Formats: sequence, C-alpha cells, structure tokens
Amino acid sequence: MNPLAAIGRIFLGFLAGAGRIALFAVTAVSHCVRPPFYPSLVMRQMMDIGYFSLPVVGLTALFTGMVLALQSYTGFARFQAEGAVATVVVLSMTRELGPVIAGLMVAGRIGASMAAEIGTMRVTEQIDALVTLSTNPFKYLVVPRIVAAVAMLPLLVLVADIIGVLGGYLVAVYKLNFNMSAYLKQTVDYLQVMDVVSGLVKASVFGFLIAMLGCFHGYNSGGGAQGVGRATTNSVVSSSIMILVLDYMLTELFFSTR
Amino acid sequence: MAAMDAPPKIAIAGLRKAFGPKKVLDGVDLSVGKGDSLVVIGGSGTGKSVLLKTILGLIQPDAGSIRIDGEETIGMDSSARERANARFGMLFQGAALFDSLTVWENVAFGLIQGRGMARAEARRHAIENLAAVGLRPEVGELSPAELSGGMKKRVGLARAIATRPEIIFFDEPTTGLDPIMSDVINDLIVACTRDLGATTVSITHDMQSARKIATHVAMLHGGRIIWTGPISEIDRSGSAHVEQFIHGRAEGPIQMQVRA
Repeated sequence: MNPLAAIGRIFLGFLAGAGRIALFAVTAVSHCVRPPFYPSLVMRQMMDIGYFSLPVVGLTALFTGMVLALQSYTGFARFQAEGAVATVVVLSMTRELGPVIAGLMVAGRIGASMAAEIGTMRVTEQIDALVTLSTNPFKYLVVPRIVAAVAMLPLLVLVADIIGVLGGYLVAVYKLNFNMSAYLKQTVDYLQVMDVVSGLVKASVFGFLIAMLGCFHGYNSGGGAQGVGRATTNSVVSSSIMILVLDYMLTELFFSTR
Repeated sequence: MAAMDAPPKIAIAGLRKAFGPKKVLDGVDLSVGKGDSLVVIGGSGTGKSVLLKTILGLIQPDAGSIRIDGEETIGMDSSARERANARFGMLFQGAALFDSLTVWENVAFGLIQGRGMARAEARRHAIENLAAVGLRPEVGELSPAELSGGMKKRVGLARAIATRPEIIFFDEPTTGLDPIMSDVINDLIVACTRDLGATTVSITHDMQSARKIATHVAMLHGGRIIWTGPISEIDRSGSAHVEQFIHGRAEGPIQMQVRA
C-alpha cells in the first residue's frame, strides 16, 4: 500500500469525522431554540447529570485539593514560600482543576451512559420508532441532554471548587499546621471573580462537549452490542481529549494577556 | 393493483438506493391502493426493510419518487415529514419498545408526544388499545423488559394502531414467534387493520403469514419488483423466482450466497 495514500486516507477520514460532528452540533443547537420543548426530560437529565454526579465529583475534588496542598507545600518549602499554598490551591482549583476534574468525571459517568443509551436505542430501532411516532429524535433525545449538561456542569464545578479548597484547607491546617484564619484570609485575598467565572464558563463548554459527543457517538452507533461498546469508548476518549484541548484554548483566551 | 379510477395510496417510481457499491434498490416501481394489504416478499438482504424505511423517510433514496395520496414525500423538510409520518404506524421486527417507559406509556407515546393528548386520556386510550390486542390493563404497568416476545409484538401492534393511522407497516411481524403466536399476531393484524380501514404494507419471509394478511403480494429480487399480483394468484404467478420462494426450494433461479 502506498504510504502517502494511507496518510491521505486517514487525514480525509479525520476531516469527514470532524465535519460530521460539526454538522451534528449545529443541528443540535438549532433544535435547542425551536419548539417543541421537553422540560420534564430536561429536569430528569439535570437530576442525572447534576445531583447523581455530586458524590463522584465531590470525592475527586476533595482529594485533588488535599494532594494539591501537600504537593505545593513540599515544593514551596524549598524556597521558603509555604505561604503561597493557599493561593495556589484556590487558583488551581477554580481556574483549572475544578472544571477539568468535574468534566472528566462527568465524561466518564454521563458521556458514556448517553452514548450507551442512545446507541442501544439506535441498534434496537427505537430511534426509528420515535420518527414514526412523529417525534424528532434530536429534540427528544439530544436537546434535553445538552441543555441539562450545559446548565449543570457549572453548578457541579462550583461545588467541586468549594470542596477542593476545603480539602486543601484540611491538609494545610490539620497536617501542615497552618494557621486557620491566615490560610482562609490568604485564600480569599488573592481570589478574583474572574478566576471563578472563567472556571464556570469552561464548565459550560465542557458540558456541551460531553453531551454532544455522547449523543453523537450513540446516535451514529451501529453493529449491535460491539458497535454500542465502541460508541461508548469513543465518547469517553474523544470528550476527555477535547476537554483538555479546550481547557488550554480557553485558558489562553481568558488569561494570556494577564 | 388499485382500481383504475382511484389514485394509489402509495405510489413508488424508479426508487434507487445503494450503500457504497451495493445496489439495494435498483428502480423499484410499486403502487398500493387505498385499503389494500400488500405483502412484500423476498430473500434476506434483498432490501425489503430498506424499502419500508425509505417510504418512512428514515433512509434517503438516491433517486426516484414516493407519493402518498399523490403528494411527493422525497425532499420534504423535517416539519412536513413529521406531519406526513403522523399518518403512518409501524410495527418493528423487534417491536422497538422504549425501555425507559412503561407499556402503557409506549402505547400512548404517539398520542402524548405527537398529538399533545393529556396523559390521563392517553392512558385510557392505551388501555383500550392493549385490550384490542388481547392484553389485560395490568400489562400496561409493566416495563418492556418484563414481556415475552409475543407480548412485545402485541404491544408494538397496539402502539402502531393507537394513533389510528391511515397506513401501517409491519416489518417481519411473526419472525421469532412460535407458530401459534404467529397465527395470533396474524389474526390481530387482520382484525386491527380491517377495523381501522388502513392501508398496510408488510414484509415477511413467512408465507403462511403472507397468505393470511395479504390482499396483494409483491416480490422484491435484485433490487426490483419482479412480480406483483393478488394473493389469490400467487400459486399461478408464472414466475420461477416466486415459485422457488413460496415453496422454499434451494434449487432455482435464486442463488443464495452460502459463502460470505
């Protein structure tokens, strides 16, 4: 096989895939603003994405904040800069780790479940059945998931930020013997509104990405159980990678001139 | 097959669909008269399901025309398509019941989502439709996972007729069922469609089922309709393909691909 042809084929395949995802996203967004709307389905998805993700997001945020305090302390101690631990923990959590950790956890928990559920509906002809029952599958299946994810991810990230900072506080105060009020003062003093807002905006973008890719891979799944499994894997892998890529791009957008 | 003066309910002309190099439909011409029950027969992989899904707009054809009551449906925008689909009902091969809903919610789905009917009234209609296919009201509270294959088909049939559609499609309605349950489903199909006065198109391999539910038969082979006529004439079709198929003979003009 000609290696150049093989590279060309892979590149064209990549472009075709990206184009299909972009078209899917545009179609989904256009349906978000056109009736009919399904508020009860949106509420159900909000519960699933928001409420039921709280334990996993909270736990990972707690330990992330704890290990962040521990690691930054051991690093900063070499330069006698231990006082910066509180600032590093709060800025890292709100700007980066809160949104990224919550995004990755939700991608694993919710993105996979969306791809599996919609993929199963595809291979068992339930999506075709929706069409024959005069129900647009985009409006019924995709839009509620995207709206709920965009709305709930910022709330999850807000909780993750608070729990992560609490984790750092617990380690700093009870293990590293920081002064309780001095730690809290330093946490608040250097925190700006933009630090939190940028994290929440990232969270909304990640929410859209996770739901859109989960739905895309499920909607286009085929080949029975194996196809659904592949859709689930692709959903988690692609949304995890895209979360990290977009995290860099959004950070560049928010903070590159600062 | 419709009377000459009556316009066909469904008129298909020059319908073509290929998946890559594989031509599945290669110029299908077919018309179904109002109130007729057409059964499309043909071997596995000859494009029977593709034909139904193309009529429903689930698959876009490469060329051709599909007219419902004289109105062209190919190229319709999505809202027009939704309106057109409100006239259809379909029983899927695996019933395609929604796992996340109870049985009565499945049956009432088209009434609630498609017609905007209140849930309480839709529930009453759903129970009536379940009764029409021989299922007790208690079944309505079960989830689809709790049903046997035959019950799923009955629920699928109840869902297909719930909106009182003008046209109903049956995709392999008796596949996977024992002979007695197959006969029960055939009887239900005949009774329900007669009561509704609906036009039906079914696809099946089961000749016993075809003889019971069809008024007309069309045979799909090589991407084209190679024979069509009333069910009463199928044994005198004069087509070697039809003869081989209805008698289930391995020898004949239809060569099954044994090796992949």
